[in-house]
Amino acid sequence: MSEEQIRSLEKQFDERIARDEKIEPKDWMPEKYRHTHIRQMSQHAHSEVVGMLPEGNWITRAPSLRRKVALLAKIQDEAGHGLYLYSATETLGVTREELYDQLHSGKAKYSSIFNYPTLTWADMGAIGWLVDGAAIINQVPLCNTSYGPYARAMIRVCKEESFHQRQGYEIMMKLANGTPEQKDMAQDALNRWWWPSLMMLGPTDDKSVHTEQSMKWKLKRKTNDELRQQFIDQTVPQADLIGLTIPDPDLKWNEERQSYDFGAINWDEFWQVVKGHGPCNKERMKARVNAWEEGEWVRDAAMAYAEKKQERKQKQAV
Amino acid sequence: MSNKKNWPLWEIFVRSKNGLEHRHFGSLHAADAEMALENARDVYTRRNEGVSIWVVESKHITASNPEHNGELFEPAQDKVYRHPTFYDLPDEVKHM
Repeated sequence: MSEEQIRSLEKQFDERIARDEKIEPKDWMPEKYRHTHIRQMSQHAHSEVVGMLPEGNWITRAPSLRRKVALLAKIQDEAGHGLYLYSATETLGVTREELYDQLHSGKAKYSSIFNYPTLTWADMGAIGWLVDGAAIINQVPLCNTSYGPYARAMIRVCKEESFHQRQGYEIMMKLANGTPEQKDMAQDALNRWWWPSLMMLGPTDDKSVHTEQSMKWKLKRKTNDELRQQFIDQTVPQADLIGLTIPDPDLKWNEERQSYDFGAINWDEFWQVVKGHGPCNKERMKARVNAWEEGEWVRDAAMAYAEKKQERKQKQAV
Repeated sequence: MSNKKNWPLWEIFVRSKNGLEHRHFGSLHAADAEMALENARDVYTRRNEGVSIWVVESKHITASNPEHNGELFEPAQDKVYRHPTFYDLPDEVKHM
């Protein structure tokens, strides 16, 4: 194809997106659109899968059967969300093996929040309330994104995610209304998860490299700073309601903006964790790679068994 | 990466309740059709979303090419006489 032809196709493509038309897998798309989507969607899938690890830590120690079945169901959902997103990514012509390989080799990123440890049961509450809360704010606009398979996967994810946040908040509420030790435990979890949750919504707009192009492709509908403000404004009253304190001395209601002003975020910490120096980066990848490698014989055995069954069926047919 | 065969990809169709058609829900990898059904049940019907599942190995689906959309679908555009509104009837005929 000549450069001129490509430019004309790109123009038509941009116009389709501007008209809110969806792009489907077999449609022509600019290479950059394909690559950006593979990157963002697989990163999203990896985050769901790695996100199971910090919570898996508490399944056997859940304080009651009610909490245990809820936590198990939430983690199972995350495996499902990872799968919807991997499948959607595969429609762009990349294989599952390649995607796993990118994760395991460290080439692909996942949400840096999962590199923090889960030290107490209250962390299950804080993760559901704050981390899933921030994720929902990020994901709801993606239900309208331009790439059809991604938008459809996100609709399903968002439908399931609200149970996650509610179960987390319920855990926090129960602890905050419990003994002084339980309340301290809830406050401690909020103290540790608050700032990483704010960072989870991404670097500030002036430092975010992909925002402009992503807005055009509707891969992003609000900027990181807008999403962060929305998260803070929605979460502060929820903390007040259960008598917990947001660990930010500069947090103050701004009457004029009808929003909360908040203190400076430690972006050095964020970049350190992104670059692999968070408290659990190595542990998470080790657990993930082990699960994949130690499961290999199971996958191979399933394939061998399927082939044997198939052969037997064919012989019987003869 | 292992040299062994990877699990093939399957397309999953779910009937959400009797009376409705099976609808494409997504895809997943599985060693065979039976495992695809079991995985589809776990992945796509955890909250009573279905009463029946079809699985089809993706390679068996033949899809039209969007580049040929013109010759495939445009001929229908100028055949307005296939629609009821093409025909002028007196107002007295209320419902037809």
